[in-house]
Parts: sequence; C-alpha cells; structure tokens
Amino acid sequence: MTENVEVPKELDATIQSMDNRFHDIVTLDDRKSYTGYLVPVENLIDFATSIRDDLGYDYLSSVTGVDYFPEEKMEVVYHAYKTSGGGALVFKVQIPREKPEVPSLISVFPGSDFQEREAWDLLGIRFSGHPNLTRILMWEGFEGHPLRKDWKEPFFEEEKKPYKNRWPEGGVYRIEDEVPMGKNVKYPLGFDPQKWTPEEQTTFKEDMDSEAGDNGSNGSAMHTDQIVVNLGPQHPSTHGVFRMVARLDGETVVDLYPEMGYLHRNHEKIGERNTYIMNMPYTDRLDYISSMSNNLGYALAVESLMGIKPPERTEYIRVMMVELTRIVSHLWSIGFLLNDLGAFFTPALYAINERELILDIFEATAGSRMMCNYLRFGGISRDLPDGILETVRELVNERLPRKIDELDTYLTENEILRSRCIGVGVLSKEDAIAYSAAGPVLRASGVSYDVRRADPYSIYERFEFDVVVRYNGDVYDRYLVRMEEIRQSLRILHQVVRDIPEGEIQTGKALYQVRVPAGEAYGRVENPKGELGFYVVSNGKPNPWRYHIRAPSFINLTALGKMCKGEKVADVVAILGSIDIVLGETDR
Amino acid sequence: MYGIGILKGLGVTLKHFVETYVDDFRWLGKRYYNEEAYAVRQGPKATGIFTVQYPEEKLIIPENFRYLPFILYEEKDDGSIEDRCTSCGICPKICPPQCIWIVRSNDPETGRPIPAPTEFFIDIDICMSCGLCAEYCPFDAIKMDHVFEIASYERMEHHILNKEQLSKPVSYYSSIQPKNFRREEEARVAKEAAKAAKKKEREAKKAAS
Repeated sequence: MTENVEVPKELDATIQSMDNRFHDIVTLDDRKSYTGYLVPVENLIDFATSIRDDLGYDYLSSVTGVDYFPEEKMEVVYHAYKTSGGGALVFKVQIPREKPEVPSLISVFPGSDFQEREAWDLLGIRFSGHPNLTRILMWEGFEGHPLRKDWKEPFFEEEKKPYKNRWPEGGVYRIEDEVPMGKNVKYPLGFDPQKWTPEEQTTFKEDMDSEAGDNGSNGSAMHTDQIVVNLGPQHPSTHGVFRMVARLDGETVVDLYPEMGYLHRNHEKIGERNTYIMNMPYTDRLDYISSMSNNLGYALAVESLMGIKPPERTEYIRVMMVELTRIVSHLWSIGFLLNDLGAFFTPALYAINERELILDIFEATAGSRMMCNYLRFGGISRDLPDGILETVRELVNERLPRKIDELDTYLTENEILRSRCIGVGVLSKEDAIAYSAAGPVLRASGVSYDVRRADPYSIYERFEFDVVVRYNGDVYDRYLVRMEEIRQSLRILHQVVRDIPEGEIQTGKALYQVRVPAGEAYGRVENPKGELGFYVVSNGKPNPWRYHIRAPSFINLTALGKMCKGEKVADVVAILGSIDIVLGETDR
Repeated sequence: MYGIGILKGLGVTLKHFVETYVDDFRWLGKRYYNEEAYAVRQGPKATGIFTVQYPEEKLIIPENFRYLPFILYEEKDDGSIEDRCTSCGICPKICPPQCIWIVRSNDPETGRPIPAPTEFFIDIDICMSCGLCAEYCPFDAIKMDHVFEIASYERMEHHILNKEQLSKPVSYYSSIQPKNFRREEEARVAKEAAKAAKKKEREAKKAAS
C-alpha cells in the first residue's frame, strides 16, 4: 500500500541529524508518485551500512532493477525495513544503460545474494564485488537478458497484449505450427548446445583440491575423500524440479548450494506484456498452494497506484479467503514435512483431508480449487454464494479446531519427530535477519516480524491475533510456528465470520481495462511462505512498465546452504521441507 | 516416559481406522451411491473414508465451477437460433493467454459489420480457465462450462474449438448454473424496463414541449 511505501516522516530529520553526511549526497526521488531516495553509486555501500547500523533498517526486503529504456538508464531499487515494524525506506541507484554496474550489497545484507544474481541474469545489471555473479534462473547458454525492454524472444508476436491478430484480424493458428521444436530457442554466437558441458560442478573444485585431499576433515587419521552429490532436480522430496548440489564428507554435508530455474517461465516479462487485469490469474500460478494470498498482494499494489479502496464487505471476504489459504498452506507444509521425514503419507493425508474441505469453499466461491483468480482491483469477482458462510462457520468454529488438536496430539510429542527435528537446521536470529528470511522461517528464529502486524494492510489492524514466535530456529520450531499460526488464523476467522457485514463488493464499476496512473507501488502481504511483495511501475499505459515479485520461497533459499552445513544428508531433506518452498514461486 | 508420544500418535491412527468402519455401519450399506450420504461425506461433518469412487461416483460440481468457455445461442420459438455474441471483441482483448480468435464479416449489401461472429475459435491447449471472458462479457454470451472430461486421442485436430463446437443453447446454461442464470435474467429485465421507462419519459417530455 502507498502508506507503507511512503518514507516515514521522521526519516528526513534522522538523516539530517545523523551527521549530515548523507544529507548532501542523497536526493529525494521527486518524480510524480515515486517515493524514496536516490543514492549515488559511489556512496551506496556507505549509505546501506549507515541505515542498517544507525537507523535500524536491518531487513532488506527486496532488490530489483528497472529498465528505463527511453531514458537510457537502469535503476536498482532497494526496499529496507526495520524488524521492529513500520514502513519502508526505499532507496535507488541510477546508472547508465550501456554500462550498468553497481557495487554489491552482499557484505552489508547477505540476503541480497540471490536477488542480485537475479537482477544480473534478467536485466544484465552487474554487481561488482559479488562473489558468484552467475545466471540463476536462466541457463548458462542463454542469450541476452530477457527483462530488458529491447530483448525479443525467437517467436516474437507483439510488444503488448492484446494481440491484433486475435482481434480484429481473427487469423487463427496453432502456436506449435508457428514455433516448431528446435526453432523456439536462440543461442549466442558460437555456442553449440551439443558440445557444451556445464561448469558449475567446479564451484567446489578448488576447495576440494585443497581440503579433501589430506586427512583430518572428519577428525580421524584415515584418508577420506569428499564427494559431490546432486539431490534433484527430480528428487521426490525436493517438492518439484529443484536441485541441491551438496559436498559430502561421509554422511555430513560440508557445503551445499541450491540450483533453481527449471520451472522458469519469465513470469515478469509475461506480466509486463499483459494488461493489469490479465496478471491476476497469472499470480495464482506463483505459489499455487496459496493463490488467494498472491491475488491480494497484487491487488494491493495496483489499488495503491489507482488510489482506490475496496468496500467493507470485500475487505472481510478477502481476509477470510487469505486466512483460509494460510491454513491450507500450513496444513500442506506440515503434512509434507512428515513425508520428508519418512512418515509416508499418513500424516500428509490427514492434513490434506481438511485442506480439501477448504478447497471446496474456494471452488464454490471463486470457481476453482487452486487457481482462484478471485480478487479484482477494488473488489472481488463475485459475492459469496448462498450457504457458504454457514459452511465456513461450521468449519472454523467446530471442525478445524478439533482436527488441528488431533494433528497436534498425533505429531508434536512424537519422539521420532522430535529427535529428527530438534536442533536440526538451526538458523540464528542474526542470520535470519541478515539473509532476509521471511515468514515462519524468520519467526522460528526468534524475530517477531509479521507484516500483518508490523505494517498492517487491508483491515488486519482490527483483528485480535498473536504473532507466533519461537526461539531455537530449528526444524521443530518452524513446525511449531506453523501449527500455532493455523490456530491464530482460526482466531482471525472467528472474528471475520462474526463481523462480516452485508453490502457492495466492488468500488466503482468493474472495468475490463483499468486506468492506472503513472507511478510506482510496492504491495506486500504476509503470505503463508513469508513476505510476498509486488513492485509495480506504471507509466500510465494499459500495461505495467515493470512488474517484479519479491518471492519468499526464492529468497528464503538464500539461507539454505547456511542451515545445512554440518548436518547429515537425510536431514537436508527435512530442512528443505521446513523452509516450505513452492517451485512455481521460486522459479517464476 | 519415552514412547508415550508414539503411542498417542498410534491411538489417533487407530481412531481413524475404527471410524471408517463405524461410518460404514452407520449408513448400513447405503454410504456409497447415495446422494444423501454423499452430501454428508463431503461436508464439514465428514467422518471415515473421505474419497469418492470415481468414475462411478463423481463430485457434485458447484454452480460457480469453471473449466472451459462456451458461447451461448438463443432458441427462438420458430426454431431458428440467434447468437448472443455480437463480436464486440472484449473477450479476445481481455484473455490473458490470448486464446480467443474472432472473425467478423460485413453485410454484403450495406457493407456494415454484422453484429455476430462469423467464426469463433478457442485454443483449449492455451486456455487457462481463468473465467475473465465470461466475467466481462456485457451480453452474457460466453460462459464457463462444467464439462471436465475432455480427453481425446488427437490433440492436433481436436484442441482448437470452432464456433460449432463451442455453441450451446441458453437452456443448457440455465441447467448447469440455475441461480446465476436467474440473477442475470432478472438484471436484464430490470435494465430493459429502466430503458423503456426512460424512453417513455423522454417521449412524454417531447409531447409536453
């Protein structure tokens, strides 16, 4: 929401009082409907260190780039927050488009690691000082940086939807006839996919030569070798096509890094070609377990650009749907954590049973079980059908509390679960903040940070609920946080079904072509997986100029290597399960 | 004591195991293929086995369920049919994956466009079942269907649906979505009444002046 993105008023005073060091250098971004500060490239690291240490903006939420093609410049946009709560400090760096180079903030905020790699991969912005600036979502033999405005795919139809040949021309064709297999890829000059071998296995090579050759890394005098093992991309417990490259010493993980992008479809490029309303069903496909929640993040971002608010009843319905989604997602996550631990499918199916009843509510209301596409700008697509509210009441007041308690009795005290989870995959409080972890991962490490409380959106400030915190930062605590969050969601739902008013569901008329004034907005919501942010830049045209997603599943993986070091191979699977990723969102 | 947690957990499993038989006994053999039992089995009061015996038993589809779009035509009393679609072009313009093609044509005599589609194509390989076309159609001419068993042997031939394959009568729509149909008809009647009233008023004004 705009209120959140706006720079806090005390900030100017703080910057002035700091020591006037930055007051002379930093300028306010005075473009219309833009917020934040413009920082010169050479002062970036100083500025970032200073806001972290002196002003308390210790949580770097989002790093992304924008290609301002007509003005021949690139911009890197950073959103920093305080873990004690409050609005964003937005700062930006502008660089020429021909030679976009920015110092990497990885030394100040390690959580910017993957996000900077993503900006390099998709926009070609070079982050000097980044230790491993390689492609992360696209593959190594890919030509160009697809999010640049002058990049075109091999089968290029038109710059913007709607395409003219659908209407008014009506020249029907099959896409596969136009782009047969083999013609749909473009390689860089001199690149032969048949002869190319990936280099990334060598990332560990130097360490291996130096360390593993001699003895002693496992404490014994016996000569041991370390081996590199790929878990995935089709490993059954990686929750999708996701690969973890692990260096092992016996059964112990010495080093591990995640490798993703197998499901990459350049969601953001698609989004920039779409009109605003067309993006709504696409957001369903990000974290496909919690589509209602994704819809809300995007709707908030665009609504703040348009300057509208939904009616009262809609707000309640939205919160109801989003909290039901949270229950769905956490049930799924708990069930599959148990799968990853080897308790094959009995706990998962008990959890999915309840999920099914909630999906029935979505199906009856929105029309689809998973790809809900329910929210609209300033409203929702349709009102609740007759009788659905009674079903929700019955579920929320009677069945779900009972079933959650049953799941609790079933799992929480189980000795096998406890011994597999307690003390495994520990992420300390400091690391969790530094790596920009979000959601249950962050709260299990002792950081009481929930966007619903820290920076309330929609009507969350009206409801009574607790932010769930645990302090050990291990797999077990993440499990407990999720379990307790289901109860807190039920608490919110009790209040929603009690207070939900009658009334309109749409502000203004529902239009198929909304007018979005120029400007930028960052809409963020507390998704079940963590903080989901939508950074949208509009230039007043029917299609967004920039549409970026801060994906919690993606950024939470930054800390995966850290969590897995020193653990056993079998625990890596449990640790990944406890982060709870969805590949549709990780790879986008 | 070590092991209590496991025993408690096993107790839950045992409870689930027993419940499946209890529920079978409760319905005395009428648990399956019985509409009344079915509504309870799939609702918030469900106990016992939760799954349905597809394809013998099928889930009851809620009215708002959407799968693929189809276009509507009115059946006139004299047996002729008339498309509701006026080929206004909103659905191909709003379709997110751009899977709708409409071909228009002009009247050979007057040279003006005919307010009905000559051809209407939907590539169902591309359709993402989002329902935006049905939602924003100002003439209620395109709606989302409930048919989901559409497997075919040959996707090259069958997966671009033409106007003939897409068209279904309004009576079919009113059978799958009775409440939505009734609401839309009421809205339409109210709108026409308002229009007529306005016209009358204008005429009265004209006559007065």
